[in-house]
Amino acid sequence: MTLAVSDRRPPLRVGLSRDDLTMRLGVVLLALVLLLIVGLPLWALLAKGFEDRDGKFVWFANYAAYFSTPALFDSALNSFKVAAVTTLVVVPLSFLYAYALTRAVLPLRWLFQGISLIPIFAPSLLPGLALIYLFGNQGFFKGLLGGPIYGFDGIVIAQIFYCFPHATLILVTALSTADARLYEAADALGASKLRVFFTVTLPGAKYGLISAALVVFTLVITDFGIAKVIGGNFNVLATDVYKQVIGQQNFSMGAVVGMVLLAPAALAFVVDRLVQRKQVALLTARAVPLVPKPKLGRDLFFTAFCSLVSVGILAILGMAAWGSLIKYWPYNLTLTLGNYEFTNFDASGWDSYFNSLRMALGAAIVGTALTFVGAWLNEKTKGFGLMRGVVQFLAFLPMAVPGLVLGLGYIFFFNAPNNPLNFIYATMAILVVNTVAHFYTVGHLTATTALKQIDPEFESVSASLKVPIWRTFGRVTAPICLPAILDVAIYMFVNAMTTVSSVIFLYAPDTKLASVAAVNIEEAGTTAAAAALCIVIVITSAAVKALHVLADRFLLGRLQAWRRR
Amino acid sequence: MNGAGEVPMSYLEVRNLSKRFGDFVALGDISLDIVEGEFVCFLGPSGCGKTTLLRAIAGLDPQTSGTIHQKGRDVSALPPAQRDFGIVFQSYALFPNLTVADNVGYGLVSRRDKKAAIAARVTELLGLVGLLDSGAKYPAQLSGGQQQRVALARALATAPGLLLLDEPLSALDARVRVRLRHEIKALQRRLGVTTIMVTHDQEEALTMADRIVVMNHGAIEQVGTPQEIYRRPATAFVADFVGSMNFLSGKLAAPDTVEIAGRAFRCAAQDGLAPGSAVRLCIRPEDVRVRDLPADVANRVAVEVTELDFVGAFCRATLKLREADDVALTADFSSNLIRDLGVELGRKLDIALPPDRLRVFAA
Repeated sequence: MTLAVSDRRPPLRVGLSRDDLTMRLGVVLLALVLLLIVGLPLWALLAKGFEDRDGKFVWFANYAAYFSTPALFDSALNSFKVAAVTTLVVVPLSFLYAYALTRAVLPLRWLFQGISLIPIFAPSLLPGLALIYLFGNQGFFKGLLGGPIYGFDGIVIAQIFYCFPHATLILVTALSTADARLYEAADALGASKLRVFFTVTLPGAKYGLISAALVVFTLVITDFGIAKVIGGNFNVLATDVYKQVIGQQNFSMGAVVGMVLLAPAALAFVVDRLVQRKQVALLTARAVPLVPKPKLGRDLFFTAFCSLVSVGILAILGMAAWGSLIKYWPYNLTLTLGNYEFTNFDASGWDSYFNSLRMALGAAIVGTALTFVGAWLNEKTKGFGLMRGVVQFLAFLPMAVPGLVLGLGYIFFFNAPNNPLNFIYATMAILVVNTVAHFYTVGHLTATTALKQIDPEFESVSASLKVPIWRTFGRVTAPICLPAILDVAIYMFVNAMTTVSSVIFLYAPDTKLASVAAVNIEEAGTTAAAAALCIVIVITSAAVKALHVLADRFLLGRLQAWRRR
Repeated sequence: MNGAGEVPMSYLEVRNLSKRFGDFVALGDISLDIVEGEFVCFLGPSGCGKTTLLRAIAGLDPQTSGTIHQKGRDVSALPPAQRDFGIVFQSYALFPNLTVADNVGYGLVSRRDKKAAIAARVTELLGLVGLLDSGAKYPAQLSGGQQQRVALARALATAPGLLLLDEPLSALDARVRVRLRHEIKALQRRLGVTTIMVTHDQEEALTMADRIVVMNHGAIEQVGTPQEIYRRPATAFVADFVGSMNFLSGKLAAPDTVEIAGRAFRCAAQDGLAPGSAVRLCIRPEDVRVRDLPADVANRVAVEVTELDFVGAFCRATLKLREADDVALTADFSSNLIRDLGVELGRKLDIALPPDRLRVFAA
């Protein structure tokens, strides 16, 4: 049957409801905010790379200078080497660990899972400090290593500790979305265990493996704390940015190194996005989740393996904790709390810790509100594709931008004398804003995923009942997404507590953060007090996380009685 | 409704409605009138455009062109919030974190009605759908059928002029579905609310609708009462989609005669078809006559039973024409008939195809 569709009539222009207008206004505001806190600072950084010290436009002169300075260019190579080696070690290690957590029957599985997360709660310089205690010039096991720990080896070992939980989390997710029916089918067809592993398990985890590798590579390339503490004379890109900006006050060259640092991170991000797009849902609604059955040999092996890795993680954490309690390493091993009297080591004393708390709380509140409302606006606005595309791009951008680079951009953008917003420079506000921007993407993604899981017709129903969309947001959408909202808040809080890279350019004497103070104290040569400050940070963020887990289990159950059947 | 004379005032007037997604035509030039208080079903296979049409009427996914008037008001370009309708989705879209009573009262609260008035209205609606005791429960604690009724009560709470039901029963199991058909229909009749229901289930449409709109490929195939749709399908598609139908290929020998494998069958005079053109002669399995055939009965044929499928209340027999090996049709025989006539495989019978039950479509 052919359809006679006459095209003479003009296409219909649909009127906008009050809701539509409110939502669109919200999306425009969100785009402006993201432009201010992400887009323009990065633009300022990009522009800075093309100026000389006096602000004159010099085309690619800075880039030419960079690539013709062997010392600087070597750092880039060093960064790549460190990142590549770390990735090659961490990904298989994490895969085995994740495999153990998902496919073997482990005693105390929850404990092994918990221990694997510990490094997330620590600033990245903590493993560096622990390694100095163990293998440094005055280390316990100094003799065990052929040479000094400072440099390549130290960085790689510390990075393994630091990156392990990130890779493990991704791979646990990848391995737990398995369909038991595939394994039953393979068994029924008489495939060997090895063949099943290579034809079912590995292909199923393929995208997780690629993602984990890219995440680890990016983390290593962009991390600043570890290389700063244990790098010695081994220069990497991240320390170069710091040296150029803080040491030599050469902002233009700092911007150039920043752009060089941005390139691999951005590339890894784009590759990851392209790969993820290919991934189709492996776990359909009808899939049967795989529940591992006990098998003595395998379970013993993996229990031993996980114990070994856990002991390694605990040893590094424990070393830092012990070191922080010791009077004078390694000559006087009496225990003391003296290293926790931070006034003796840094002008800001314990204030830096309370600054961190305030900053983390602020970032958790502002960041959660902004990412959740933002994700909701972008998800639920009808039409308006172009503007929503802009928001989506700006929301994804921070993921591809190393903290140091974003921090540098903030200097250039907010410290510009002609910027009406430069009053927030050197305040607590800029630290909060910068941290929210730095970690925006994960919050946005978590909120978007949660919003996509709820019935898309809620808004249609509200419209038919003449209920404004924002009321449905407050009464239905937000309460349903409460677990995801809490997740984002905790994520923001923990990252705000531990981050060094971005905020190191932005603090003022009265807004110095604990993680930054730890770097300063270590720089001044007091490893024990730096370790003490790191331990305080670990305890705080881990305690907040523990509180979250408890709240999730007990409080939410009571508040959200409707989830029970 | 296109007939001359008294045409009832139409409540919903759809004119030349089209919806395109790029090059794909989801709805092509649809015009339709719905009378106040009517229960209309949009029936068709998946992808036929029935849900698209419903969503355009609601304003949720507006049409590309064309107009919609509701009670004389042009609502073509209005956003959903400014139209007058209640809607029930296949997923029900109940707010999981609100109690049943809060769900039902959701649209009342924002109208700033008095608290007591809202409570009374909610109680009234819960009584209407038989869920008086469930007001304090959460949707997850209810069965699928109960959730469906809550969704219905919520849609009716603001007393909308138009009730839209998008496959409201398809998520339920068969027994509940049959019961709810009657409940919804009774409720609709009691409230007199103009209702449009989208369904792909012909039985649902036939039992519930005052009128059925059969759709296919973004166009309307036929509009009519269930009896009209079933007895006098306007197109071969409708004949095939609604109920079971035998299609026998032949040629129109005379305006009232179809020739199949050299045999002439008498039927009603066909005006729209040229003599000599290829046609399909249609008859429903239950219209095939076997018992008490008069000597001079029209369209008598000798057949042989080649298959006999037991379907429960009756048997569906495949009958091969003895004069033409390659022509077969199915007929529904009751258990009584099977017993009385001793029908079994290989049994030779005489049947008749009553001319008033035959439909002819161009091949």
